[in-house]
Amino acid sequence: MTRFTVSVKIVPRHGLLDPQGKAVTDALHTLGFASVRDVHVGRLLVIELEAADTAAAQAKVREMCERLLANPVTEDFVIAEIAKA
Amino acid sequence: MKVGVVTFPGSNCDEDALLAIREHVHLEAVPLWHKDHDLQGVDVVILPGGFSYGDYLRAGAIARFAPIMQEIAAHAKRGGPVIGICNGFQIACEAGLLPGGLLRNDHLQFRSMPVTLRVESTATVFTREASAGALLTMPIAHGDGRYSADAATLDRLEGEGQVVFRYVDATGHPTSAANPNGSLRNIAGVSNASGTVVGLMPHPERALDPLLGSTDGLVLFRSLLALTKA
Amino acid sequence: MTAQRTPPSASHGVRPRPGDPTITPALVAEHGLTMDEYGRLERMLERTPTFTELGIISALWSEHCSYKHSRPVLKTLPTQAPWVLQGPGENAGVISIGDGLAIAFKIESHNHPSAVEPYQGAATGVGGILRDVFTMGARPIAMLNSLRFGSLETPRVRYLVAGVVKGIGDYGNCVGIPTVAGDVMFDPAYEGNPLVNAMCVGLLREEELIRAKAEGVGNSIIAVGARTGRDGIHGASFASEDLSEENEAKRPRVQVGDPFTEKLLLEASLELIRSGHIVAIQDMGAAGLTSSSAEMAERGDVGVTIDTTKVPVRETGMTPYEILLSESQERMLVVATRGHEAEVQAILAKWDLVAEVIGEVIAEPVYRVTEGDRIVAEFPGTRLVTDCPQYHPEARESEEAIARRTRDVAAIAPKGEEADPAWTLERLLQSPTIASKHWIHRQYDSTVRTGTVSGPGAGDAAVIRIRGTTKAIAVKTDCNGRYVYLDPRVGGRIAVAEAARNVACTGATPRAITNCLNFGNPKKPEVFFQFREAVYGMGDACRALETPVTGGNVSLYNENPQGAVYPTPTIGMVGVLDDAAHATRMTFTTPGDAIVLLGENTDELGGSEYLSWVHGVVAGAPPHCDLDRERALIGTILEAIRAGQVRSAHDCSEGGLAVAIAESCMGDRARPTGARLDLTAWGALPLRALLFGEAQGRIVVSTAHAEAVLAIAQRHGVPARVIGQVTAADQGLTIAAAQGRCTSTIDRLATAYHEAIPRAMARAAAETVTETAGGTR
Repeated sequence: MTRFTVSVKIVPRHGLLDPQGKAVTDALHTLGFASVRDVHVGRLLVIELEAADTAAAQAKVREMCERLLANPVTEDFVIAEIAKA
Repeated sequence: MKVGVVTFPGSNCDEDALLAIREHVHLEAVPLWHKDHDLQGVDVVILPGGFSYGDYLRAGAIARFAPIMQEIAAHAKRGGPVIGICNGFQIACEAGLLPGGLLRNDHLQFRSMPVTLRVESTATVFTREASAGALLTMPIAHGDGRYSADAATLDRLEGEGQVVFRYVDATGHPTSAANPNGSLRNIAGVSNASGTVVGLMPHPERALDPLLGSTDGLVLFRSLLALTKA
Repeated sequence: MTAQRTPPSASHGVRPRPGDPTITPALVAEHGLTMDEYGRLERMLERTPTFTELGIISALWSEHCSYKHSRPVLKTLPTQAPWVLQGPGENAGVISIGDGLAIAFKIESHNHPSAVEPYQGAATGVGGILRDVFTMGARPIAMLNSLRFGSLETPRVRYLVAGVVKGIGDYGNCVGIPTVAGDVMFDPAYEGNPLVNAMCVGLLREEELIRAKAEGVGNSIIAVGARTGRDGIHGASFASEDLSEENEAKRPRVQVGDPFTEKLLLEASLELIRSGHIVAIQDMGAAGLTSSSAEMAERGDVGVTIDTTKVPVRETGMTPYEILLSESQERMLVVATRGHEAEVQAILAKWDLVAEVIGEVIAEPVYRVTEGDRIVAEFPGTRLVTDCPQYHPEARESEEAIARRTRDVAAIAPKGEEADPAWTLERLLQSPTIASKHWIHRQYDSTVRTGTVSGPGAGDAAVIRIRGTTKAIAVKTDCNGRYVYLDPRVGGRIAVAEAARNVACTGATPRAITNCLNFGNPKKPEVFFQFREAVYGMGDACRALETPVTGGNVSLYNENPQGAVYPTPTIGMVGVLDDAAHATRMTFTTPGDAIVLLGENTDELGGSEYLSWVHGVVAGAPPHCDLDRERALIGTILEAIRAGQVRSAHDCSEGGLAVAIAESCMGDRARPTGARLDLTAWGALPLRALLFGEAQGRIVVSTAHAEAVLAIAQRHGVPARVIGQVTAADQGLTIAAAQGRCTSTIDRLATAYHEAIPRAMARAAAETVTETAGGTR
């Protein structure tokens, strides 16, 4: 078994109102960052786990997301990075 | 009839719910512990408000895995009545007992205030004593109460009469000013297809005593009494 | 698990710990001790202290823990009454309310942490005061907050307001304690050093009262709750320093709150207290394990020994110094009856919390800390608490305060716009100090626990019913720091009198107070003068109104580069209603009702919100405070309410009579009324003093039975007069006086009053890019 660090990004499901993202977008505009088109605010989870290989680590984390970490009704998740610890 | 109120770690309206049932509905009420698998023979389950497990991951996300939730899911599947109030509504959605989900209020703030609800469906075990279109006043107190589901689901809920309560203004209109959290279509509460599981963000258990300003929550619990008669 | 039964004997001696810094004058200074104080420590120990000992003393002899500048003055306050079950010196004060029930309550400051990190600073302030109350065996039933900020016109203040309010809300809402009342004021004097005072009120059965007193040689000392990390080390001495720009760099000292763990700790602690397995319990608050263990030993007059290697920690490599001084939140120290440790642990385990035996109560009169076998700190007897230095600083009133007080404010010419008094009234209603605080209150759960009869903004004080009885309590915080600045003795009296009046306006008999004394650096003679005189003034009022002091907190060094904040002795008042159904609100209800003014109008403009907000002037003598008249006024309003003759009652405070009337008309925006007033009886007074002066001892009452109210007032020797009539809202507000007329629509007044703060804070939303910590709540 190898130790992996897996980063998961969880963001509001595409198309749903994202008030935090909108607030940040507005604030950036106020500060003069006129080129900002959109901002999404989500969560980043960094999971340390043991797995046989990268594929197994990815599969395990995907299952975690589906069962607990993300709500399929309201959130999308992306496994952003898998690294050997 | 016996009513069970679940205590999750972080529940904070469990005591209010127990007292509501005992003092204002005059039914037997028992606490149910999240770590147990024993429903103690209750006929009705209340998932109370609070911040189960701190709601640090996502409101209700962790509570749905509590041991007692397996029994509650089975109870609901058998047609047993379940009502989720506030955090209990969030848990019921996370557990798949109810459609949709509750997101952060659109204005990003916690909101504590009285709201007016319109009864949209009397075809549930918790609203059968109410009149369709009746206006009820009761408090809300939540940060994650924006009801969301995809358009198809919302259409289905509307079509099947599963929208139970809507936020409305004093004249009964579901205006955006009357919507305290940005819920889609001003939805404050929904039910499952059979009307046995109901969830709502407002707190009927806080609207039972004239001393506290409203008794409009009584109708939800009185509707239960009809079960005994039936 | 076994308790440590054979503590190392004193003969082993205290040895410096390898790797600890050597004691130098610079290190002593860094610990906030003077060389005199250090000499005192050396004499007590009869040797050079270890680094650990220096840290312990630095915390215990900080102002926050030791009251070294304030104690002699505080001792002049009255603390006794037949209903006082516990006065100052415990985690919280306790009063009996009859039926075998008691109320535990206390107020505490978290000013400096909130200035640096408003969200966490305010949140942990709420957490700390909750623990102070539930460690008395009381279930918290209400929270209040007294907040002071600089001008809401500055982005920094808006950031602080948003963060503090969210911090208070997120913590209290999660634990499930209703936040029901408080007071919020804005003044440039608080720029850079906001005041965040949190008050908690709890209910207990008298027989369940438990004190934080270590007892019983051989009993185990148990650390309970969250694990210990490096948070907030030296927070207690941090709270005793002036705020400066350097403090921005001290951010890591600020602790992070976990309200979820607090909720579990609350339930576990109450279960523990009822189980009979413990003899004492105390919050590990400021100065953490050090202060909690030393204070429990001192109260019990016993020795204690603690092994820091037994303390559950969150980080590796923590030294005894760090473990002793950590201010990690949501931790308690418990003394368990010997042999009952496993039962204690079982109760904690039920709530998913840890409990570890870390020490023992011993007969030997010594406070000893070991790291395994090594003794790292040892103090004789309880002298580390009792031998604390005490100071009697010089007191001298500042020339500036005298000059301001004696200024002739009547000579200040009215502005042109003031020709229409309605302009002035609307302007005052927009002052954030006067304006509706609904923007704040709606972020607090005020209805959880189903006891809130009258919540925030509804009455002059909040009313909470007591289940199982017909009773209710009324609670309120108050203090006008501007009055105290201009005349500390009078200001101190008014703070207590106003709190009592507010509580009485709901129908409750004022019973007792807790106080939070927010002042500047006591080593400055003008600050110590303010402190001493304000406390004397509070004492005058507490004696006259029979509301003894049951405890509180002193927060000194509230300064910024511009100087000290207004001296702000915040009063937290608790009153009792025998019948909750008497609970009275501030707003008019019924057109046709008579409006009665209890008390007398005067020609006093000094220290008013009118002068400050409209003219930018802080000057004049604050209004006179006649305590005998206040007492008679309270007697009048209570009798009238209990006789069922009062429909609404609202005291006159900031903004004076006109603001009180306007608030009574449209304070409840959903149910407004109008009013028609005739003030021609006071033709001798300048119009602005009559409308906006802040004469004390006045209450606006609406009633269907004016004659009955007047008769009651006459019996109590209180001046009273019918001054008008409640009308329908569309009739507007009309005030006729001999000197002029004030008319406005209710809608205009309501807009001014209800939208001032939301409009200001809408700008904050655009300014705040990052969300404060705390996840999705």
